Amino acid sequence: MSSIYEPQAWAILFLPLASFVIIALLIRPFLNQRYSRLSGYVTIAAVGAAFILSLLVLKSTLGHEEPIGWVSHPWLTIGDLEIRVGILLDPLTAIMLVVVTGVSLLVQVYSQGYMKGDPGYSRYFAFMSLFTASMLGVVLSSSILQLYVFWEMVGLCSYLLIGFWYHRPAAAAAAKKAFIVTRIGDVGFLLAILYLFLHRDTFLAQGLNPFDITDIWAAALVLPAFAVTWLSLGIFAGAVGKSGQFPLHTWLPDAMEGPTPVSALIHAATMVAAGVFLVARFFPLFQESETAMHTVALIGGFTAVFAATMGLVMYDIKRVMAYSTVSQLGYMMLALGVGAPAVAMFHLFNHAFFKALLFLGAGSVNHATGTFDMRYMGGLRRHMPITYVTMAIGSLSLAGIFPLSGFWSKDEILLEAWRGGGLVNQLVFWMALAGVFLTAFYVSRMMFMTFHGTFRGGAEAEGHGQGAEHPVHLAESPWVMVLPLVVLGVLALGSGYVANPLGDLAGIPAHWFVEFLGGHAEPASLSLAAVSTLVALLGVGLAVLMYQTRTLSPDAVGRALRPARELLSHRYYLDSLYEGVLVGRLFYRGVARFLDWVDREVVDRTGDGVGWLGRNLGRGLAPIQTGQLQAYGVVISLGILAIIGAYLVFGR
Amino acid sequence: MLTATVFLPLAGALVIALLLRRPRAIRGFAIGVTVADLALAAVAFTAYDPQKGGLQLVERFNWISSLNVQYFLGLDGLNAPLVLLTGLVGMCAALASWRIEVRVREYFAWLLVLQTAVMGVFTGLDFVLFFIFWELELVPMYFLISIWGSGRKEYSAMKFLVFTLAGSAFMLVGILVLYFSAGTFDMTVLATKDLTNVVIPVQMVFFFFFLAFAIKLPTWPLHSWLPDAHTDAPTAGSVMLAGVLIKMGGYGLIRVCVAIFPGVSREYAWLIVALGVISIIYGAIVTLRQSDLKRLVAFSSISHMGLVLLGIGSVGAVAANISPVGLNGAAMQMFTHGTITGLLFLVVGLVYEKAHTRYIPDLGGLATRMPFVASVFVLAGLASLGLPSLSGFVSEALVFLGAFFVWGWPTAISVFGIVLTAGYILWMVQRVFFGPALARYEHIGDATLVEKLPLVVMVIAIVVVGIYPAILTDVFSAGINPIVERLRVLGP
Repeated sequence: MSSIYEPQAWAILFLPLASFVIIALLIRPFLNQRYSRLSGYVTIAAVGAAFILSLLVLKSTLGHEEPIGWVSHPWLTIGDLEIRVGILLDPLTAIMLVVVTGVSLLVQVYSQGYMKGDPGYSRYFAFMSLFTASMLGVVLSSSILQLYVFWEMVGLCSYLLIGFWYHRPAAAAAAKKAFIVTRIGDVGFLLAILYLFLHRDTFLAQGLNPFDITDIWAAALVLPAFAVTWLSLGIFAGAVGKSGQFPLHTWLPDAMEGPTPVSALIHAATMVAAGVFLVARFFPLFQESETAMHTVALIGGFTAVFAATMGLVMYDIKRVMAYSTVSQLGYMMLALGVGAPAVAMFHLFNHAFFKALLFLGAGSVNHATGTFDMRYMGGLRRHMPITYVTMAIGSLSLAGIFPLSGFWSKDEILLEAWRGGGLVNQLVFWMALAGVFLTAFYVSRMMFMTFHGTFRGGAEAEGHGQGAEHPVHLAESPWVMVLPLVVLGVLALGSGYVANPLGDLAGIPAHWFVEFLGGHAEPASLSLAAVSTLVALLGVGLAVLMYQTRTLSPDAVGRALRPARELLSHRYYLDSLYEGVLVGRLFYRGVARFLDWVDREVVDRTGDGVGWLGRNLGRGLAPIQTGQLQAYGVVISLGILAIIGAYLVFGR
Repeated sequence: MLTATVFLPLAGALVIALLLRRPRAIRGFAIGVTVADLALAAVAFTAYDPQKGGLQLVERFNWISSLNVQYFLGLDGLNAPLVLLTGLVGMCAALASWRIEVRVREYFAWLLVLQTAVMGVFTGLDFVLFFIFWELELVPMYFLISIWGSGRKEYSAMKFLVFTLAGSAFMLVGILVLYFSAGTFDMTVLATKDLTNVVIPVQMVFFFFFLAFAIKLPTWPLHSWLPDAHTDAPTAGSVMLAGVLIKMGGYGLIRVCVAIFPGVSREYAWLIVALGVISIIYGAIVTLRQSDLKRLVAFSSISHMGLVLLGIGSVGAVAANISPVGLNGAAMQMFTHGTITGLLFLVVGLVYEKAHTRYIPDLGGLATRMPFVASVFVLAGLASLGLPSLSGFVSEALVFLGAFFVWGWPTAISVFGIVLTAGYILWMVQRVFFGPALARYEHIGDATLVEKLPLVVMVIAIVVVGIYPAILTDVFSAGINPIVERLRVLGP
């Protein structure tokens, strides 16, 4: 067993960070024109090195029951407030490190092709480096405040990358929306941190630090029950924002405005995964509160179905994927809520690969057709065979078809919910099962519309938007883009076997993954697997009927279910409710307008009025200066009375 | 040492007024003076040993013996960082004045006098001296706004003057009452005195001071001078106003209201917190509605200064629970807001200079034309909305941490302010810098080297403090711990 040293662990964080600094301060200002490719190489080198170190970390955490915690370093000390920074290495960290650096590395390689010739090439890689570094910071942090710092940095990077093409109004708006909506959740997270400090006496009495993550785990047992609930709910609010759970999911589909590799990174390994990771990280806390667990399970289960329904009717391939991500994150939350964090992480692990694959594949399709609108695609499998095959693997995996990776983790989630017992667990089980059907349908619909049938003209038929920038050239993408697809395709095929529920296989013991993360693996249930596969196949079958054989015309179905279709295409009118009614009408044109009026017409006028009084009082008072002592006496008496009055008011 | 730091700019002003003629020479000389003064301030800051604590670098002698008035300058943990801030902001303000063409000699003379006044307020520890500097500050600022300003500049300058003077009148009464009760103008002595033998209720005296500082800070509802003054002042004036002048209010609140009247400030902490929360939320909401870029930034200061009040309000805790965290946060907030909003005004000044408008709906797409300026603006904006790793977050978090266990709900409400802040900052960035590049701004270029210099200095200050805030908090703590000790001893 190899051991790991603290500097090596820090290097995982600092390598991509250094890459950001080098690109931002050296390459971009001084070398940009002649050596722009350098930014990409620096990023790949840094993330690649971090990936190798992450594998080392994984190797050294194998067999460690207890987290490897080095003594943390003081960062800020004021009175009884002591904030320390450090690194917390446990199996959860190790898995996340590998996922983040691995997916990021592939995305960086892919970006070499996708972003080629973009005027913001260096800026892009600078932000991507920072993005990776921030996410690694979230994963490595040993203190909740340190985690929060990187958490917000992740939010910042997604803001910068979603708004990467800032000259596009839609991109600029989407970036802002992503930051602000997630920040609403962060209020809860921040309040949870404040709440921890509120209970600092409880911590200090036990010799614990209220910000230290392992100490928070320990304190979950001594804190009062309501405090644990409030803490968990606050932390969960942050996760809801970042992981795009209902009701804060609206930013995620809009985040498609960023470059596609960015979407792949956001949807697979960073940003949205951070929310699930956060709940998993504080699971010992959540576990102590039934209310919190039920909330997590219900929000997750509801989101899984709710988002999947919207995925059914979208025409933008990336939006289908986006709702799919929201829905899949719902599954992970659900798994956390029914008490199976290891299974949630297993799904995150598998999802990272197949979702990155699907996004990169969508980018490859866009590279060829110039559009993201599936109505202008079709028949691409003949022109882009590798993209087709890899995306098919990803899709089947997402749909949960045996024996692809998604099957294993989705099945374990269903199993955990089923075996959990109790009303809430039963409820979310049925939600999850319904989600399986919807998922299989929308992903098959996506594949058929994109790759099957005949080609419908791409950007030239769409006739606007990016058509001018991206001419249609139906061909496979360059190898730097295809290679990551192939690697991810292999992973999407096989990543499920790390949790191999059937038996020992090729050196990996049964249930390795779940038990490595400290979970307790349920024995597999064949009947449940059969049911879920059947449900998934039903979904695929319906899609075949509608989009492949055209036995059922999609238009006819759409007309028949018109109200539902309208509701779904308008995303349940939630975006309009939030932006149009709540923020626009009630807040901006209501409350804010009123207060602005108050400020100008009342507060400011009063100020001016006092000034006017000052100027005119002198003139008005001049006649009082009569020289009559009696009158002065009256005024003086009044003044004395006023002072006595003040005594009475303020008391002694 | 401190005398040199305080009076070097004044000496520079005299040289400019009496000896120099050529505008180029004046500009260069003035900038040189501010650089030298920053160096002095930095030396003073580093010379202060927070481990030892207490007053250091003291310079005192009897000035008017019959009245027991002293010339008394000194550094403690509370004012040492603010002296550094004044040096920093002062230099940036001078650099940002490179393009001043009208009445150059007067302009730079007044700018330097202003710096002396602010330095004096922060270091003067005798009330008479403090008050003289406090009043001295008004004169140059009045002229800077009314001569080199824009818009309704005379009105705004007068408004600034009247509001501050109204506050100082009350403060003067307060100072005199303290003198006749305790027989001294020495602020450090007063901070240890038991003020039971005051001729009028001590609460009243407290509020005389409070009013003066609350206007200066400013707090709702006494803030209406600020948007006008900040908006109509020339860039350097706005930078000085937002960067250091309003910090005199926060400094006064801690140095005088809390330190000299610990009991009363405990008693009325609820009022301080209430004003703070209203300022935070109300300020942020009204900021959202602004369509003048500079006015928007100005309004945001009201919200940010509300945090100073919230931090100070944390002294309202049960005696055993009084923690230095909130006061530290309030003090940090002054420093970080000074650099962040100073930087925002610098950038807004550049935008105005190049685009000739500050009306947000007319702006747009500037990031394509001026990428450097846009990057700096985004960074300053992010710092302003409290992004971790930049300095604004540290002070904000400290204020919240300090205030939350004393004032749970008010603090929780204030925390929601971070969403509003993100809203107005990012929306402003979007409208001004993002979107398609507009043809009418085709001629606009990025910042020149001279223009970049102050921006870079401020950015470094924001990033360094954000990543390693202990360089400031260790010093602030040295000044705040004695105050907190006294609050604890005092009991309920």
